[in-house]
Amino acid sequence: MNIAYLIIAGAMLGISVGIVFITLGKVVGISGISKGLLQKVESWRIAFLVGIIGSGILFQILFPQNFDTPKTGSFALILGGLFVGFGTSLCNGCTCGHGICGNARFSQRSMIATLIFIATGAFTVWMRGGVQ
Amino acid sequence: MDAWRCAMKTLLLILAGILFSAGLTLGGMTDPKKVISFLDFFGNWDPSLLFVLGGAVVTFCAIFHGVARLEKPIYAPSFEIPQQRKITLKLILGAALFGIGWGITGLCPGPSLVSMFLSPSIFYFVIAMGVGMGFARYFD
Repeated sequence: MNIAYLIIAGAMLGISVGIVFITLGKVVGISGISKGLLQKVESWRIAFLVGIIGSGILFQILFPQNFDTPKTGSFALILGGLFVGFGTSLCNGCTCGHGICGNARFSQRSMIATLIFIATGAFTVWMRGGVQ
Repeated sequence: MDAWRCAMKTLLLILAGILFSAGLTLGGMTDPKKVISFLDFFGNWDPSLLFVLGGAVVTFCAIFHGVARLEKPIYAPSFEIPQQRKITLKLILGAALFGIGWGITGLCPGPSLVSMFLSPSIFYFVIAMGVGMGFARYFD
């Protein structure tokens, strides 16, 4: 995977959230959409999630080499899921909401959130002995 | 006419979802090892995520600021831009906890949904994520 390829993949993400912004005026991240869906079922959230999940299944078939499962035990997996869900809800964003959209808007909150979750993420990986 | 507009709106959002999945897949973000390798600053560092994120930020930055001229979004009465400016304890704590979960599993919300049906482990992760989100609502 060369750098240009990665940047183009990133651009696709940017265009995706850009479409949501131009059509609905919302600045979104996946955590926000999921959390919002838990509170109120709105058709736009469903459409976006159907697009992601549905095409995700297709891409798994087309590009199986790009996919893998987390190499953790069950306890760590569930704990990780709880932390990701709780944490993103509490700070109102994730790698997409804060990492992409918030930083693109030059939001101080997002820049700080991004630095924090990257820092604790790196610390966690270091504590667990690096890539397994 | 209203039904047609509604249909177009829905189609555009589905397209946005497809593009999102495509970007994550092609960028390799659906492989937890690539994510953990990015976070492995002091070990086997893989900067891939940085370029994906960079491409995304620059692109959305251009769109966000370019669209500022529009009076309103296409299918909504106004733009909804987050107004909260303060650095709160919730922001700091939430980001810290999210980072830990992310570091443990190499999964964050987006890729977990793309891979949701890849294996039971990711599916269970998504359930746990939902439970965590639901629990956070008590702190809203």
